[in-house]
Amino acid sequence: MVPTTYYLVLAAVIFAIGALGVLIRRNALIIFMCVEMMLNSVNLTLVALAQQWGNLVGQVFVFIVVAVAAVEVAVGLAIVMAIVRHQDTTNVDEINLLRG
Amino acid sequence: MSLLFFAFLALIALIGASGVILSRNAVHSALFLLLNFVVFAVFYIMLGAQLLGVVQVIVYAGAIVVLFLFVVMLIGGDIGPVRSGLRRYARWVAVVSMAIFLLIMVLGLARSLPPTVPAAMAPDAGSVQAVGEALYTTYLLPFELASLLLLAGMIGGVVLARRYRSHTEE
Repeated sequence: MVPTTYYLVLAAVIFAIGALGVLIRRNALIIFMCVEMMLNSVNLTLVALAQQWGNLVGQVFVFIVVAVAAVEVAVGLAIVMAIVRHQDTTNVDEINLLRG
Repeated sequence: MSLLFFAFLALIALIGASGVILSRNAVHSALFLLLNFVVFAVFYIMLGAQLLGVVQVIVYAGAIVVLFLFVVMLIGGDIGPVRSGLRRYARWVAVVSMAIFLLIMVLGLARSLPPTVPAAMAPDAGSVQAVGEALYTTYLLPFELASLLLLAGMIGGVVLARRYRSHTEE
């Protein structure tokens, strides 16, 4: 068996990579992918700790997170499509309609 | 043996994660993301969460990555240079801050749990029956609220992606 700490550290590393991607990439699609990756690493943490403490609540929570992630990606990609239709760009630096 | 397998899978997961943020092509990013998701499904099964492993493959690898690939198909995969419009030092600030964040996380996690494996869970604790029972009895309300959220997301997606016909056109 693998110690739970290893899973937690791996999840932390992948979360950091995802956050780094959100910070350095300027493409809205890639940023979405990184957000999904971060959600996934948190799911891994929840499942690992559910196994550590012998508790099923963590796995139920992951289900809800998966549902939220699916909704988030559907709405988010629809927004990206709408922006591309209006402005023909996916660069988040150029999407500044609300900037005064 | 199990540890070696874990290290191998962790390496693949890290390659997938790095590939997502380093690829120049959005299609490659989506495929690296798929690799990452599939490895996570194997992790879930290793952790005794069989149902979650299956759900991970169906929802993430099946639905979400396909959705990403559809959008990439619609708007084009060539997305230009990685750092457009971002100043050079801002990138290094991001890298250093994430390195510090990771250091704090790992230092905190390393001493948070005892190094032994408790193995408190039965091997089939995450089976379809057990998780389904919990979802439909104790956690029925969050489950139903999640379905409501999915409905709202569906309506939102349809409304946002619809092609508006402006009045000036007619």
